[in-house]
Amino acid sequence: MVAELGHFALILALVMAVVQGTIPLIGAQTRSAAWIAVARPAANAQFAFVAIAFAALTYSFVVSDFSVLTVAKNSHTLKPLMYKITGVWGNHEGSLLLWILILTLFGAAVAWFGTNLPPGLRARVLAVQALIGVGFLSFILLTSNPFERILEAPFEGNGLNPLLQDPGLAFHPPFLYLGYVGFSMAFSFAVAALIEGRVDPAWARWVRPWTLAAWTFLTVGIVLGSWWAYYELGWGGFWFWDPVENASFMPWLAGTALLHSAIVVERRDTLKSWTILLAILTFSLSLLGTFIVRSGILTSVHAFATDPERGYFILGFLVLVIGGSLILYAVRAPALKSGGVFAPISREGALVLNNLLLATATATVLLGTLYPLLLDLFTGKKVSVGAPFFEATFFPIMAPLLAAAVFGPMLPWKRGDLMGAFQRLRVAFFLSGGIALAVWAFVSGGTWLSTLGIALGAWLVAGSFASLAERIKLLRAPLADSLRRAIHLPRSAWGMTLAHAGLGLFLLGGTIMLTWQTESIQVMRPGEVITVAGYELTFQGVGDVPGPNYMAERALFSVSRDGEAFTNLLPEKRAYVSSGMPTTEAGIKATWAGDLYAVIGDADGTGGWATRFFFKPFVHWMWIGASVMVLGGVISLTDRRHRVGAPARRRKSATGAAPAPQMAGE
Amino acid sequence: MTRKRQRMIFVVTGLISLGVATGLVLLALGDNLVFFHGPSEVVSEEFPPQRRFRLGGLVEEGSVKRNEDGLTVEFVVTDLVNVVPVTFTGILPDLFREGQGVVAEGRLGADGVFVATEVLAKHDETYIPADVVDALKAAGQWQGD
Repeated sequence: MVAELGHFALILALVMAVVQGTIPLIGAQTRSAAWIAVARPAANAQFAFVAIAFAALTYSFVVSDFSVLTVAKNSHTLKPLMYKITGVWGNHEGSLLLWILILTLFGAAVAWFGTNLPPGLRARVLAVQALIGVGFLSFILLTSNPFERILEAPFEGNGLNPLLQDPGLAFHPPFLYLGYVGFSMAFSFAVAALIEGRVDPAWARWVRPWTLAAWTFLTVGIVLGSWWAYYELGWGGFWFWDPVENASFMPWLAGTALLHSAIVVERRDTLKSWTILLAILTFSLSLLGTFIVRSGILTSVHAFATDPERGYFILGFLVLVIGGSLILYAVRAPALKSGGVFAPISREGALVLNNLLLATATATVLLGTLYPLLLDLFTGKKVSVGAPFFEATFFPIMAPLLAAAVFGPMLPWKRGDLMGAFQRLRVAFFLSGGIALAVWAFVSGGTWLSTLGIALGAWLVAGSFASLAERIKLLRAPLADSLRRAIHLPRSAWGMTLAHAGLGLFLLGGTIMLTWQTESIQVMRPGEVITVAGYELTFQGVGDVPGPNYMAERALFSVSRDGEAFTNLLPEKRAYVSSGMPTTEAGIKATWAGDLYAVIGDADGTGGWATRFFFKPFVHWMWIGASVMVLGGVISLTDRRHRVGAPARRRKSATGAAPAPQMAGE
Repeated sequence: MTRKRQRMIFVVTGLISLGVATGLVLLALGDNLVFFHGPSEVVSEEFPPQRRFRLGGLVEEGSVKRNEDGLTVEFVVTDLVNVVPVTFTGILPDLFREGQGVVAEGRLGADGVFVATEVLAKHDETYIPADVVDALKAAGQWQGD
């Protein structure tokens, strides 16, 4: 009964989406206030219906209603409650429903918070958002109905893939989708602006918070996935350049570019046509990512919940959305008036460089991801493009971007002075250069690449804070004065500083970890001792430990340093009851200098066990750096000027009266 | 700074970065493409040796042997027509099992033994890598759908 209710609610949501996707659009075109007014209640109703459907599916999972096919295939009575709930999106149908829930949530958010949007623009944005919903709702209803019943319900379900039964991965998809789908807002705003034929700074002020929120969520999602891969898969890595990982990374790169170009539209009323294109491309890449993951078209180590048959539907939808919006762009973009002129060396110039490099980097990742698919399609040859390709193309493009990221905020709008900016950054420059040289000189095992990585990482951190220090006149004004300035600094300035510095920390951690990590693989018998990075690990043996829905073989390593007991590491191999599937749980001890990481392999049959240890120096700096980036995004979101829906469309001001340059004046 | 000059600068820097990216991509593609082959292709006479590639197929039942050092494993990859012996030193992925699909990356030695540096893990025990399915189909041995 509950499942039928959910199914029915989904059908109603589709009907609502069709209404919302057409009536307000026609209304905005014919200036009919009554038709425009349909948009808001329709968005609320669509969200409510999808929420009912989602609640119905969640209920079916929680009570283990195995007469529902999705539940029978993906749940199990023994599963802890938390994983019954997160199991809702641990499969194709449920994850699609989550996608749609978030899509309609964003639509409803425009209806709630967009009260000061001009009604015509709001109606168009909601209509475009609803049209995306029509595509996804028909996809789920026609090909992937989550409420499908089976006639003879089994007594027990198949269980959720054990790898997904982990807090890191349980919340990875919702955040990822909040990011992916969040870019649909930028897309809807872009298409609505193209239909209106008008893009102005007010438009950018509405788009920025949505893009920033989507970017922040996507960052959290990617980092959660990466962190999970690090501690759960037992291979000691955190990024594989796998197609599915790239699928989430490309919208992130494009979204980062969009975040920066929207600033130029808002502050300087220029770069409009490019920003619109970027908004379309970012969401297109999100759709492409969904397509890659959902269709299973690319061989991937991430093979959850895939189905090639459904690929055609998504492919068609993809062609329709991307093709349609690009045609609209081609027709309408030339009509967009471009604004102020600027010199190459200026804040705008730096942001253009940022966009150029990010777009190029996105293109190389896209090429590397799709190349195997295209080659297979046209020649039948099977290839894989792995980490070496991406390392050889991605990093050379990113290095100048990171170097320039510190200069950008130091340059004034319109026309800047590179030497002047460098003068003001010389402390940061010599500090980061000094650190890199000192590491190169005194720590063995480094390469020119690791030296460059450390220099760039330190440059980002030091440079970001140098520009912050300058803005608050640190050491040049009385401390109380600086403090007052720091408090009154726009939150977005803090956000940018933290985001850039966080990226620097991430780079530092990653470089140091990859360069100086130590690894040791061997067979050990109980009592044997191995020394890794100064820690003595004694193998005490392996015992059986029962879990709620698995049996584990747990090894005990007692770790000592300089003869003193330090900690115990307890890596496990688990076999899950429902599927018999084995998984590895790494034993990790975090120290201030890095992670000590232990994995247990197979028994050799004569009392020995294969064991693998890593010492990963500074690895936590990566997670701290990523968290600081997210914090930067959150703080920036709380900026008065970014508050979702807050900005009112300004009186049509001449482009000359642009806001005062942020850096130079304050 | 005229609008025309500004556009010229955009176009030129855009072309430069596109050119650099193209160069990087071409260089990287030449060096880093890893081809995928099934056992039947590998044992055929025209198979070019000495290149890194991925070997995919099923792990033959009863073929897995562990060496005395406890870390080196020998097994046989088959497409049910031809076989290639493989040796790998290290910890095998959790889902490595006899009779299951496997993808190994490495080089073919002069003695015909494939020395794997990496054996790829899949996240799901019912999943067979698409490439392995195609290799089995190519050998006419695919039983599924």
